[in-house]
Amino acid sequence: MINRRQLLAGAAALPFVSAARAADMPGVTAKEIKIGQTMPYSGPASAYGQIGKTELAYFKMINEQGGINGRQVNLISLDDGYSPPKTVEQTRRLIEEEQVSFMFNMLGTPPCLATRDYLNQKGIPQLFVATGAATFSDPEHFKWTVGFQPNYQTESAIFARHILKTKPQAKIAVLYQNDGFGKDYLIGLKAGLGEANAGMIIKEASYETSEPTIDSQVSSCQGSGADVFLIAATPKFAAQAIRKSFDLGWEATRYVTDVSLSIASVMKAAGFEKAKGLITANYGKDASDPRWADDAGLKQYKSFVDARMTAKDLVDSNTIYGYDAAFLLAEVLKRCGNDLSRENILKVSTNIKDLDLPMLLPGVRINTSPTNYSPIRAMQLQTFNGTSWELFGDVITG
Amino acid sequence: MPARLIWGAFLIVAALAPFWLSGYHLYQFAQVMIYAIALLGLNLLTGYNGQLSLGHGAFFAIGGYGAAILIVKFGLPYYAAIPIASLVCFIAGFLFGFPALRLGGLYLALATFALAVAAPQVLAFKGFDAYTGGSQGVQVPKPGPLLGLHMNVDQTVYWLCLVVAVVLFWLAANLVHSRIGRALVAIRDQPIAAETMGIDAALFKTITFGISAFYAGVAGGLDAVAVGFVSPESFGLPLSLAFLVGIVIGGLASLPGAIFGALFIEFVPNWADQLTVIFGENAKALPGAVYGVMLILAMALAPSGIAGLFRALGRFVSKGSAL
Amino acid sequence: MVEFLHQLSSGLALGGVYAITALALVMIFQATQLVNFAQGEMAMFSTYVAWQLLQNGWSYWAAFAFTVVVSFVGGVVIERLIVRPFANAPVLASVIVFIGLGFIFNALAGFLFGFSVQSFDTPFDGRPLFGNKFMSAHESGSVMVSLIVLALVFAFFRFTPLGLAMRAAAQNPASARLVGVRVGWMLALGWGLAAAIGAVAGMMAAPIVYLDPNMMSGLLLYAFAGAVLGGIDNPWGAVVGGFAVGIVENLLGAYVVGQEVKLSVALVIIVGVLVVKPSGLFGRRIVARV
Repeated sequence: MINRRQLLAGAAALPFVSAARAADMPGVTAKEIKIGQTMPYSGPASAYGQIGKTELAYFKMINEQGGINGRQVNLISLDDGYSPPKTVEQTRRLIEEEQVSFMFNMLGTPPCLATRDYLNQKGIPQLFVATGAATFSDPEHFKWTVGFQPNYQTESAIFARHILKTKPQAKIAVLYQNDGFGKDYLIGLKAGLGEANAGMIIKEASYETSEPTIDSQVSSCQGSGADVFLIAATPKFAAQAIRKSFDLGWEATRYVTDVSLSIASVMKAAGFEKAKGLITANYGKDASDPRWADDAGLKQYKSFVDARMTAKDLVDSNTIYGYDAAFLLAEVLKRCGNDLSRENILKVSTNIKDLDLPMLLPGVRINTSPTNYSPIRAMQLQTFNGTSWELFGDVITG
Repeated sequence: MPARLIWGAFLIVAALAPFWLSGYHLYQFAQVMIYAIALLGLNLLTGYNGQLSLGHGAFFAIGGYGAAILIVKFGLPYYAAIPIASLVCFIAGFLFGFPALRLGGLYLALATFALAVAAPQVLAFKGFDAYTGGSQGVQVPKPGPLLGLHMNVDQTVYWLCLVVAVVLFWLAANLVHSRIGRALVAIRDQPIAAETMGIDAALFKTITFGISAFYAGVAGGLDAVAVGFVSPESFGLPLSLAFLVGIVIGGLASLPGAIFGALFIEFVPNWADQLTVIFGENAKALPGAVYGVMLILAMALAPSGIAGLFRALGRFVSKGSAL
Repeated sequence: MVEFLHQLSSGLALGGVYAITALALVMIFQATQLVNFAQGEMAMFSTYVAWQLLQNGWSYWAAFAFTVVVSFVGGVVIERLIVRPFANAPVLASVIVFIGLGFIFNALAGFLFGFSVQSFDTPFDGRPLFGNKFMSAHESGSVMVSLIVLALVFAFFRFTPLGLAMRAAAQNPASARLVGVRVGWMLALGWGLAAAIGAVAGMMAAPIVYLDPNMMSGLLLYAFAGAVLGGIDNPWGAVVGGFAVGIVENLLGAYVVGQEVKLSVALVIIVGVLVVKPSGLFGRRIVARV
């Protein structure tokens, strides 16, 4: 029989038990979960700040609809100006002052690299980092850091395979941004071509984001005599390269990265006629592409943007990106139920099978496992016909 | 109140800070000291010697990368790596001082501005990738506790920065109050008269460039250790501009000015961030504008910097007491 | 050979943009003896104003004219309200104010117009000049615009009483006042003109480099280099310097040192030229009498 003493002892222990539970779930209360993020809202990469804005708007919408499992999602997104020392400072502030549960969709390779050690040592999930650098899918060394978008090397390896299949005698020129993003494309291309075909790349031209134009580099690439041109560039420079390569009268098969395929921003800026024939690999839908007009996912996305953001945000590929990432996180939080400990959040994030996101291409799904930290690995080749992107081939998994 | 008393009190508070400040705040104040060292170096060059440099971010970068590479690729301990990297900065600054002799005011500003813009590109140069890690940067391990005493990483870094800052400030104070210091100011204010009096302007100016670069290098090395990471993105133009803002707002030709300036560039951008929260999420871009307004206001209220304000205050007070 | 011509012509096209921007810098310098670090951001903001008008359906030249006028007025207002109070402050205080202005314009542009890349119309649509593949119609057009603006500026300073008054006000304010020049308004005029020229520079650059809030920051270094190389006190020098920088940078990057170190090479050139000829290629040597 349980006597009064035991009962009292049990009752006295209860607050300690729930206190212990609370200590197991930093950043979480019965009413709220706090999540941290760093984004470049200022500085050279400020265009990507749109991703953070979208995610903030998305969770505001979720909160107004009642939150997730009864909890409000408090996403705290701070500016780091794409400067790693600032990222470290803001991350520490979020973890140590704001006591957030985990970090979500931090943007940029250097910022994520700068904070990866710190977060992993403290056992704090660094979920769905907003960068395609291959180094972030490394469960063996960094079990708390999970990727999101297909990595750049995968994409250019897909290009390499396509080149080998369609133009095995090609001479390739590569224009790349002189940072982790651009260099990863070069590495992926070389890996995809293989040692034996490494000689196919006859020209590598780099550029800095502080340069006004890359017309000079494009001229050099044409001058090398190449007949395949890989443009590993961010939107502004990709538009310049597409336009210039056309204006030069250069007959080459042009590949562009999935970062710069927006019809409304890049193709329009370059000139639809000049962008004809471009090839890219994509994993998502372009909101300005007429082919998706009746698609359910696009309609869902559109109604979100109409309600929560402004018209010009609709066709911005960064809005689409933020929307998908927020959708994914909301799904993860739902699946965690009431166990929002960091361990469980990581566990749920790394055990997703075949999840659809509204703006992913049909056939591309989220898949993670304890040995696979790249949620999106499938892409499909498509070519621009002057008005929209025509998919061809099968969905390829990298 | 004698200056020494103020410095002493300040030092005691600073030394005891790690006992009541948390890790994150210690990190911020370590950054303040790092910036203060860099600003002190820049102030020697621009404030005391009148040579305008917009490119000290580059020397900061050389110190940072130098220390990181020496620690990670060559296995040196940080207390050897930082001085060696800083020595390299001294040489680089000294050498840059030669063409700088021919360039006055604006032209020197432009040349150093170009230096600041070019630095990230040089750091990302693929020929150096084996050492610099290219765009992946270099991860720098944190130092072990000082003298084997019992302290955590944040306290270690903070005290390390404090000790180095104290030493360098003391050296700078001695320099500035000596004949050399007076020679520097003479060169700044009356270059022709100074030459006529036998001061070897060329020598002084180049050495000052070297010393100023040395200070920036030490700061950069400490920063590499404090942040634990260096990459080309850490050292762009905004850093050099922040240094210039720091010395002017802190106060030119003033030692405490370096500290005021460091406090400003470390904390005010965060205030600007927080102020714009009242505008809602769409105002994420606005902190820059708020910061710009603060810069203009700061100059309107204190054209000679915060140190200048204190000096004016001091004169006002002493005038009052003389009555 | 063909590639060489391409490099040369894109250097020329870009050099044209550098040249106009350098002119704006020289204009401010001639009027105030200061270099305005916010020049690029102001030009970018003006270009966004034009862009917004074009989005709203205005015709190109109407938007162009309106923007130039608004920029002129804006420049005058900024000088009177923000720059003037610091006339007696140390020079570096003004520099900080300019840096602050730069931050404000950059953040405002991002806040009002977004950070995504936008395309910008050109009035020179149509087939390239002489049907050549080397320079697009716009690029040739903007080179011509640079030369026209240069001619106007030169004529203004050389042949008009107002231009003379401005130069006098900048170089010797005390004496200028004595002969009746309203020095304060000369400074404001200088700022207004520089802002107007900057707006033209932005509108010429945007079709080539695409419009986004950070459009001018890369350009500014090269424009500075051009202005200083040519001689900061000489409009001709600024324009020649701008073109020279554009061409040399392209050719060096393509043929000599590779694109990876283009920026550093630009730095070395600047320092090199200045060491040999400190006042720039066409600047006047100031000899200080002891």
